[in-house]
Amino acid sequence: MEHFGSYIYIVSAGLFILSLKWMNSPATARRGVFAGETGMLLAIVGTLLANHILNWEWILAAFFIGSAVGVPIAYIMPMTAVPQRTAMSHACGALAAALVGTAEFYRANQLHETLPTFVMVALMLETLLGFLTFTGSLMAMGKLQEVLPQRPITYRNQNAVNFALFAIAVGLGVRLILVPTDVWIFPIFAGLALVFGVLLIIPIGGADMPTVIALLNSYAGLSACAMGFVLGNNLLVVAGALDGSSGLILSIIMCKAMNRSFTNVLFGAFGQIQASHAQAQQRPYRSASAEEAASILEAAGSVIIVPGYGLAVAQAQHKIRELYDNLMRRGVDVKFAIHPVAGRMPGHMNVLLAEADIPYDRLFEMDNINGEFAQCDVALVIGANDVTNPAARTDKTSPIYGMPILDVDKAHTVMVIKRSMNPGFAGIDNDLYYMDKTLMLFGDAKAFVSEILKELPAKAGA
Amino acid sequence: MDLSVGLFIFMLATFVGLEIIRKVSPLLHTPLMSLTNAISAISVVGAILITGAAGATMLSKVLGFIAITAAVTNIVSGFLITDRMLKMFKKREAKR
Repeated sequence: MEHFGSYIYIVSAGLFILSLKWMNSPATARRGVFAGETGMLLAIVGTLLANHILNWEWILAAFFIGSAVGVPIAYIMPMTAVPQRTAMSHACGALAAALVGTAEFYRANQLHETLPTFVMVALMLETLLGFLTFTGSLMAMGKLQEVLPQRPITYRNQNAVNFALFAIAVGLGVRLILVPTDVWIFPIFAGLALVFGVLLIIPIGGADMPTVIALLNSYAGLSACAMGFVLGNNLLVVAGALDGSSGLILSIIMCKAMNRSFTNVLFGAFGQIQASHAQAQQRPYRSASAEEAASILEAAGSVIIVPGYGLAVAQAQHKIRELYDNLMRRGVDVKFAIHPVAGRMPGHMNVLLAEADIPYDRLFEMDNINGEFAQCDVALVIGANDVTNPAARTDKTSPIYGMPILDVDKAHTVMVIKRSMNPGFAGIDNDLYYMDKTLMLFGDAKAFVSEILKELPAKAGA
Repeated sequence: MDLSVGLFIFMLATFVGLEIIRKVSPLLHTPLMSLTNAISAISVVGAILITGAAGATMLSKVLGFIAITAAVTNIVSGFLITDRMLKMFKKREAKR
């Protein structure tokens, strides 16, 4: 029966790999989810059958509660809140890993069973990463949900304090590995890991959340992986490694998209330095009404829409879809340019636009569309700011210098829907707004697009 | 488990993971994250073994119970919300 379980695990691991492989295209992605579900079901059933499992009442109750919580979350959660849900599930996954590690530690101690050193190392890694990811993810969730302040919270010697705390936790962990019978150290170790998770996230600002979420994803995966080493379970090692590498790749992509390094994101407290930079001198800009904007769009041959998170905040996705439909019917070529950090987690903007029924073959990544701005008649920027700032290309003194941006300034005409001239996340003025070919459209994104639509009488056919 | 075998599997799985994930369309990075999340909730297996072991103490049972609950929440909500998101991605041809 023991072997039966291992064979099932091999099939599950294969299905998990296929599941991620099928995510490479929207056409096969749903099959990927099915493969993942099948792998999961097999693994759970295999575990229950192949081992002599007791305490069924506890297990079944936990399954029942977990499902009762999980199903509503999946169906009720609005798409704008997906980043929060993701942070929450990192917290849940990390908590599960940490608690299993804790239980295993006390179990071995009570039975006076000496765990091999490498198992103890894995167990300490599992609980350390698990507990710090748990509180860290809860903090990230709080920031995304805006129950906690979005701005970075900093104090003197913050990095030194954090480092010292982390060093003490690691020191205690090493001590426990060497002398596992010092049971009293374990709660202190766990407590420090929990506190460190909080301290790690509070100095990180709202704009960096996409990177942080991806990084926490990686930690949660690695902690599940360490659990695999503790319990001698290869399936856990494989699934944890897949999750860990996925989080790692996504955080690297996010860092590149902001031209930042990991250390800079984690210890930099972005958005602090240039606070005074914001009030430069008043520069002239041109603004336009919805009527003018409509006639420009009507005359255009090609339009690239650049959406940012402001679009989602204003709940303007569906109005944008109407604008898209209207212009496409007139024979205008409409495309969407998506910056990697648009939205609040990797790929978030795509989901928000897909929800509004905008076909995904109209959504283009930065690298695939940047060459097209020079030929496009109108670039319409909605709720995006720093990712369109030409200073990132030209101004070496700018804090965002070197960040890859969408080359919006190369379009023949630029229109920007914005509430006011206030700067964005990075607190920097955007040169794009002061160019001769730029028209500022002041107002709420949803309301303004509705007004443009009113000026564009629906024309059937064409 | 033999440590070297475990590390071997870890090494291979990491490389497979890096190669596969790199090919995932950026379009789908959000559903990807919720899918890997659901998959890593395979830690439910570890939690079941801890909770259901013969001679599990009250502490093991309680911690295991919480761990199973958390992991099952991730499995259920992770897979369902991934599918819900993926259903929204449509090509133009498919439009009414």
